Amino acid sequence: SKTRDVLTTDIDELFRGRKKLDADLLEEIEELLITSDMGVETTMTLIDRISKKSGGISNAKELKAVLKAEVCALMAKPAPATASPRKPHVIMVVGVNGVGKTTTIGKLAARFAGEGKGVIIGAADTFRAAAVEQLTIWAERAGVDIVKHRDNADPAAVAFDSVEAATARGKDIVIIDTAGRLHTKVNLMEELKKIKRAVAKKLPDAPHDIYLVIDATTGQNALSQAKLFNDSMGITGLILTKLDGTAKGGVVIGICNTLDIPLTYIGVGEGVDDLQKFDPEQYAEALFS
Amino acid sequence: MFDSLSSRLEGVFKKLKGHGKLTEKNVEEGLREVRMALLEADVHYRVAKKFIADVKARALGQEVMKSLTPGQQVVKIVNEELTRLMGESLEDLNLSGTRPVSVMLVGLQGSGKTTTSGKLAVYLKKKGKKPYLVPADVYRPAAIDQLKKLGGQIGVPVFPSETEMDPVEICDKARTAAQKAGCDVLLLDTAGRLHLDAELMAELVRIRDAVMPSDILLVADAMTGQDAVNISESFDKALDLGGVILSKMDGDARGGAALSIRAITGKPIKFIGVGEKLTQLEAFHPDRIASSILGMGDVLTLIEKA
Ligand SMILES: Nc1nc2c(ncn2[C@@H]2O[C@H](COP(=O)(O)OP(=O)(O)OP(=O)(O)O)[C@@H](O)[C@H]2O)c(=O)[nH]1
Ligand SMILES: Nc1nc2c(ncn2[C@@H]2O[C@H](COP(=O)(O)OP(=O)(O)OP(=O)(O)O)[C@@H](O)[C@H]2O)c(=O)[nH]1
Ligand SMILES: [Mg+2]
Ligand SMILES: [Mg+2]
Repeated sequence: SKTRDVLTTDIDELFRGRKKLDADLLEEIEELLITSDMGVETTMTLIDRISKKSGGISNAKELKAVLKAEVCALMAKPAPATASPRKPHVIMVVGVNGVGKTTTIGKLAARFAGEGKGVIIGAADTFRAAAVEQLTIWAERAGVDIVKHRDNADPAAVAFDSVEAATARGKDIVIIDTAGRLHTKVNLMEELKKIKRAVAKKLPDAPHDIYLVIDATTGQNALSQAKLFNDSMGITGLILTKLDGTAKGGVVIGICNTLDIPLTYIGVGEGVDDLQKFDPEQYAEALFS
Repeated sequence: MFDSLSSRLEGVFKKLKGHGKLTEKNVEEGLREVRMALLEADVHYRVAKKFIADVKARALGQEVMKSLTPGQQVVKIVNEELTRLMGESLEDLNLSGTRPVSVMLVGLQGSGKTTTSGKLAVYLKKKGKKPYLVPADVYRPAAIDQLKKLGGQIGVPVFPSETEMDPVEICDKARTAAQKAGCDVLLLDTAGRLHLDAELMAELVRIRDAVMPSDILLVADAMTGQDAVNISESFDKALDLGGVILSKMDGDARGGAALSIRAITGKPIKFIGVGEKLTQLEAFHPDRIASSILGMGDVLTLIEKA
């Protein structure tokens, strides 16, 4: 797959000419983890766990196996409780500016539509120039309905109307796009909560999912993003985009671990099919292959 | 999430109340904390390593100033070194050459190029120039519409690009159009692209060779992590950048990418974006980023007075 090809770092290279896990090798592993954006804390945790198992590590294959197992242990989450499927199932997509929310919504809509589901997209980013036009093109590509108001309209009203339209038309899934905003802007976070309340007014247990989109190019600031968005909104899943570049998005490991939120999908390109279900095994494999 | 560097350094240096020369041991202990702070701020691993080695070489044997603790003395050196590396003076847009000149904006997807084009147009207008916006992104859905709307908001003409046109042709034709419209600076908004996309990187080179811009600016997200070195190195190698604009500095990112980019390319950071509004562009102050990366504005103020 695409992720595998681009996430390669050479553990074999590190081990060349060595017989055991010594201090030099640990330092090189530290570099590998830090440059994958795992951050100091997660890196130290991993290094610590590897050191404890150093007796059983004498070649690259064993080291990779231990690293993979430890990363998976940090990321693996119990499967979310299987609630009875709601109709419509309402998904809100949130995140800081430019991470790939609108594009991901296009990909998700196409994916769900491909599974035979009826999908409606709500254009609740009424702020960014041409955000509605952009989402409209994605709705066409995915072959799904879109609900939109004019520029600068109240985003909560758009969200409300989207859920109402989905109910009236018997659709299965509503995906609501929101304007990008930095997690530190209190008034904009309040606006998001208002959108959430508007959705709940129409459908009391909605939104059923709130996805936070994180750009794989982002460094340690993603921890702060995840924490503050989760505090305000209650995030149910993470989506990691732009994994088709050279960035590895290692910061998500710490996020999954500390906030106990699963990573659901990854974005691997700008095309409509460039969205994959996240698989921790495959991700860990790709990190250290 | 982490203790501030200043409080951690204080811990390290608590034992070393007396003055005298900085020794290998106390410098090393202090610098370990500085290194952590740099990594937590997203400074690249290698860049941090080299930086720490440089500071250590400078610090060893230095006399501790009467008014400072040894810890503060180390921080003083760190701060000076950081500011020196970031460049001490402000650098403006390069607009030299025969009118109309072109300024080209490049970068990864979503870094803020289109918004920054609008911001630069506002900035240039304020300086009495006549900017002309050129949408050269024919790939992203509604990218042309986006720039047209921004131009409309600020009363700056926008070249009527169409998605069927080739970006090189757009930039080329825009020059004549700008001249006709009496404009003197073209702002070329290119599509976001990955630095490893050979085909799209070659497109940027073709645009550059066609219009010979007076300035080529990499727009990079202030929240960028370790990948900042790969990104900036690739764009600089392909295009020979004139400078960098760091967007989204209005959040709580420590901005270590600024140090990585500067260390790798040696190119100046010219502006920072501090909001979504088109007026929210500021000159880059190297000394401010130093304290943001270290996360210790308080200590620095104290040291500057020493
Ligand atoms: N390479 C790559 N680019 C992506 C991916 N996902 C999104 N993009 C690009 O990233 C840029 C920003 O994407 P958007 O979907 O507009 O991001 P957004 O979060 O909706 O942005 P705002 O609404 O402005 O906050 C666009 O150029 C997308 O094509 C991905 O997985 N890989
Ligand atoms: N908070 C904040 N947001 C910004 C800043 N600069 C740009 N943005 C936002 O970041 C998002 C992406 O900006 P764009 O200008 O569309 O980025 P781009 O580089 O043109 O994106 P592509 O053309 O898809 O590659 C938008 O939501 C902008 O409003 C800034 O300085 N601060
Ligand atoms: Mg969007
Ligand atoms: Mg753009």
